Amino acid sequence: MSIDYSKIGLKVGLEIHQQLDTSEKLFCSCTPQLFKDEPEITFLRRLRPTQSELGQIDPAAFFEFQKGIRILYEANKETVCLVEMDEEPPHDLNMEAVETSLVVALMLDGNPVDEIHVMRKTVIDGSNTTGFQRTCVIALKGDVKVDGKRVPIQHVSLEEDAARKIDEKGSVIRYRIDRLGIPLIEIATAPVLYSPKEAEKAALAIGRILRATGRVKRGLGTIRQDLNVSIPDGALVEIKGVQELELVSKAIELEVQRQLNLLKIRDELKKREVTAKSIKEKYEDVTSIFEKTKCRVVQKAISDGKQVLAVLLPKFAGLLKTELMPGVRLGTEMANRAHFWGRVGGIFHTDELPAYGITDGEVRELRELVKAESEDAVVFVADNLENATDALRAVVERARETLLGVPEETRGANPDGTTRYMRPRPGAARMYPETDVPPIRINEEYVHKLRDHLPELPKRKMKRLMKEYKLNEKLASQVLNSEYALLFEEVASESAVSPTTIAAVLTETMKALRRDGVELDKIRNEQIEELFSFVGAGKTAKEAIPDILTWLSKHERASVKAATESLGLTMLSEAEIAKIIIDLLQENAQLVKERGKAAFGMLMGLVMRKVRGRANAEMVNKVLRRKLEEFVRKS
Amino acid sequence: MSEEFPGYKGEALKLLKKAKAEIGDIVRVIKNGETFEGILIPRSEYGDEKHIVIKLRSGYNIGICITLTTQIEKVGVGVKPTFAASLLPEQRPDLPKVTIISTGGTIASRVDYRTGGVRPALSASDLYSVVPELSEIARIDAEILFSLFSENITAKHWAEIAKTTARHIEDGVAGVVIAHGTDTLGYTAAALSFALQNLPVPVIMVASQRSADRPSSDAATNLIGAVKAAAKAPFAEVVVAMHETVSDKAIVFHRGTKVRKCHTSRRDTFQSINASPLAKMENEKFFILVKDFNKRDSSRNLVLKPIFDEKVALVKFSPSLDPQLIDWYVSKDFKGVVLEGTGLGHVGGYCFSAVKNAIYNGVLVAMTSQCIWGRVNMNVYNQGRDLLASGVIPLEDMLPETALVKLMWVFGQTSDVDEAKRLMLTNIAHEISPRSLHEGIREEKP
Repeated sequence: MSIDYSKIGLKVGLEIHQQLDTSEKLFCSCTPQLFKDEPEITFLRRLRPTQSELGQIDPAAFFEFQKGIRILYEANKETVCLVEMDEEPPHDLNMEAVETSLVVALMLDGNPVDEIHVMRKTVIDGSNTTGFQRTCVIALKGDVKVDGKRVPIQHVSLEEDAARKIDEKGSVIRYRIDRLGIPLIEIATAPVLYSPKEAEKAALAIGRILRATGRVKRGLGTIRQDLNVSIPDGALVEIKGVQELELVSKAIELEVQRQLNLLKIRDELKKREVTAKSIKEKYEDVTSIFEKTKCRVVQKAISDGKQVLAVLLPKFAGLLKTELMPGVRLGTEMANRAHFWGRVGGIFHTDELPAYGITDGEVRELRELVKAESEDAVVFVADNLENATDALRAVVERARETLLGVPEETRGANPDGTTRYMRPRPGAARMYPETDVPPIRINEEYVHKLRDHLPELPKRKMKRLMKEYKLNEKLASQVLNSEYALLFEEVASESAVSPTTIAAVLTETMKALRRDGVELDKIRNEQIEELFSFVGAGKTAKEAIPDILTWLSKHERASVKAATESLGLTMLSEAEIAKIIIDLLQENAQLVKERGKAAFGMLMGLVMRKVRGRANAEMVNKVLRRKLEEFVRKS
Repeated sequence: MSEEFPGYKGEALKLLKKAKAEIGDIVRVIKNGETFEGILIPRSEYGDEKHIVIKLRSGYNIGICITLTTQIEKVGVGVKPTFAASLLPEQRPDLPKVTIISTGGTIASRVDYRTGGVRPALSASDLYSVVPELSEIARIDAEILFSLFSENITAKHWAEIAKTTARHIEDGVAGVVIAHGTDTLGYTAAALSFALQNLPVPVIMVASQRSADRPSSDAATNLIGAVKAAAKAPFAEVVVAMHETVSDKAIVFHRGTKVRKCHTSRRDTFQSINASPLAKMENEKFFILVKDFNKRDSSRNLVLKPIFDEKVALVKFSPSLDPQLIDWYVSKDFKGVVLEGTGLGHVGGYCFSAVKNAIYNGVLVAMTSQCIWGRVNMNVYNQGRDLLASGVIPLEDMLPETALVKLMWVFGQTSDVDEAKRLMLTNIAHEISPRSLHEGIREEKP
């Protein structure tokens, strides 16, 4: 589908979040790292929405509280202290993180503030043990250039990363708080990006600047993009947590597609003359129909003493199965809402039935019982009365919103670029001062000093990479976009391996390995440097690099020497190669006899298959040529 | 500093006055060609006089440094927050009556997100609106007695709190809740334990370790636990109601004479020392954790003894302590000195003559231990036996803080030193445990 985005009036704003590579967390001295093992500490909390002076409470937050949601936090001793547990006030703001943020801000031509004030931004989903996220503006204004266009930066701020959600069972949400407190820089652009591609390029340009500092974390989950997407007839939708750059444009394309499809549904409903009033909050107990159902989900609910509750959506037939984006139908949106407000596992609707063990007969009975005509749709859920009612109330609300078009909401990004409902868009940011952290003065002298020593800007670096290292444009650009941009130059200036090879390994090979599930974050820079010095010195072949990297990722802190030995990838001596070749010539004596020196190409392939990673091709070539001549001569 | 411009002084204050801008107004600051617009925010008292703080439209605060050419204009009048209290829940006549007395420390508050101010909620209607669950538990009557940081509370305030509590109990409430800052809560709890005897209903002291403005605050949970206990608990003693662990799971009730603040910041800072807590509440149920306690009985008549004599001191012995410190108390007509000795109850030999001199001058000298856990025993070592022979009173396993409060209270009841000695060793409010049990010293809870 080709869409003219400027015609639609698409507007996108970006918020790029990147973890900084500091030695400590933002407000305490814990190691800014995640842990994998079983937690050493767990504790249970509830978060109570605090009332503002105006008596307002965030409705979604208050609802969750009333539902008795509890949060189980998991921690270990290495990465968590009392500060993350909200059992001790924050320590001073981490000045290493402030400095990195200032460097980024200055590279974006922003204005550092004179005095930093740490704020508490109310967040009540449990991702922060305090119930708020600590955040502060470091600089205002600035810009980033995208294809010659100036994209204004609204602010550069520094905040604590949130806890990681592990799962949600019943009314208990589990979070791991190792990530809580890792310094996170946020860069927000103005909403002036008018196409998905442009937004992606802006994200890329900001990402390059972040990496140019050499002080940001790398690996999956260390950078997250939030997208504010709106089209004039649709709504402003916030998409949270796009983890890969490649997904930025796709997520925007899909969101536009979703909004356009919702508008089509709205128009169709208008044609069908459906009004908000005609969608009634009438929930009927239809348990009796399903008493002998073959559908296991419903069967289980009924045997647990729960009921089946149904609601009629007038003239909605066929619309619930309308696809909004791949895998997401209007019915999915309703199911997401029902899950959020009613904590139900899912909903059933007549557009997708009979299925899941529910028979045609049961559907017919259901329609009869709720007095549904053929143009109507029926939605039902099986849960306890309270959850089922909340779920259907959310379905009705979502159905009514369909009449208006696109609801404003916050959506979470899925790994394939589609999105799912997360929560209603929060009202105006509820921020108030973090009085436990004193304001920090940024003096001009310090800023001047930082400005005089800024890292090289990506554009200039690109030119230099092409000139100094003779990289082609594609490779130079890949290096800039890679997390190893700084490492490349360190290796290239010392190693005997050609810069082109190094660049290809650090970009293409790394990317391929990551795709194969190799945990590259486990490999330290020093190991990579050692690897290239090995290859450069002829101690191992460059063909062996992927295997060695994979091995290193599984053996933290091991040496490259250990890797080559363990993998049997130490280089063969000339004599050893000669022996392999002689054996091979004898095995293939017939072939050599028939084709003479013309057998070289085929033999070369055979030898290389045997010695790959343990010999360099030039040497094999030389020895084979000599031995083949001798062999032909003798025979 | 200025009242209308909290925190502002010097240059910044002059500029703000010139612009006629008040806190909460929208101001525009022009500096070196840059323009900033936002709401004028109060400044920290300890900030310098060169910055003004504004809240940007994004919600963030920033500080702007004033230079010679900085201009400030007022561009809009701030909307004063008018708190529209939600409708008060209906008072259920069948519920017990509970009085909440505030002495300071914020158990409930609201945030003014516009200026960042945090305002305490103290009246009954405030409390209902911030912690609506209370209306399901009791009919609340709230009295604001003081608004003091707990480190500013003295023996005079103990007397006031005791009398106010007695008045409400005599009015027939089902229980009294006293909100108090955590720092000296243990002392006040001990004081009330001695001043309010023969209690018919419980007196529950409550506090919080995390400020009430934050969603994670322990304030509401503790308050709800305290009000429930005041309304329904089976015991009638002075207790401190706080978190049992760092989880929001159980509220534990510590006896006023055995409780101590043991951590600067954790939610479970209060611990019962050398004793089990009296009770705990989990999943709406009370669990009594001791064998012997004073049962709730509304027919019992309260005995009020609210007099404390402040001429009593607590002296912590430490190496090289100058014995003249003890002499000074004697010269200032102090009636009693509680020593916080080392180990089983010792002070250095170089303090002996000062101790003997104090006793000779009619000062009651008593011994507790700075170990916190355990009982003093002055018979084990020579130094202890010497002190004992001089007339130092060993106070068993009494907390040093409780011993100080008790001695103040004892001299409020009698001026006779021998009677005072007798009272110090008489167990009045569970301040002395006859047996030292294995549990008690802080263990990791599973």
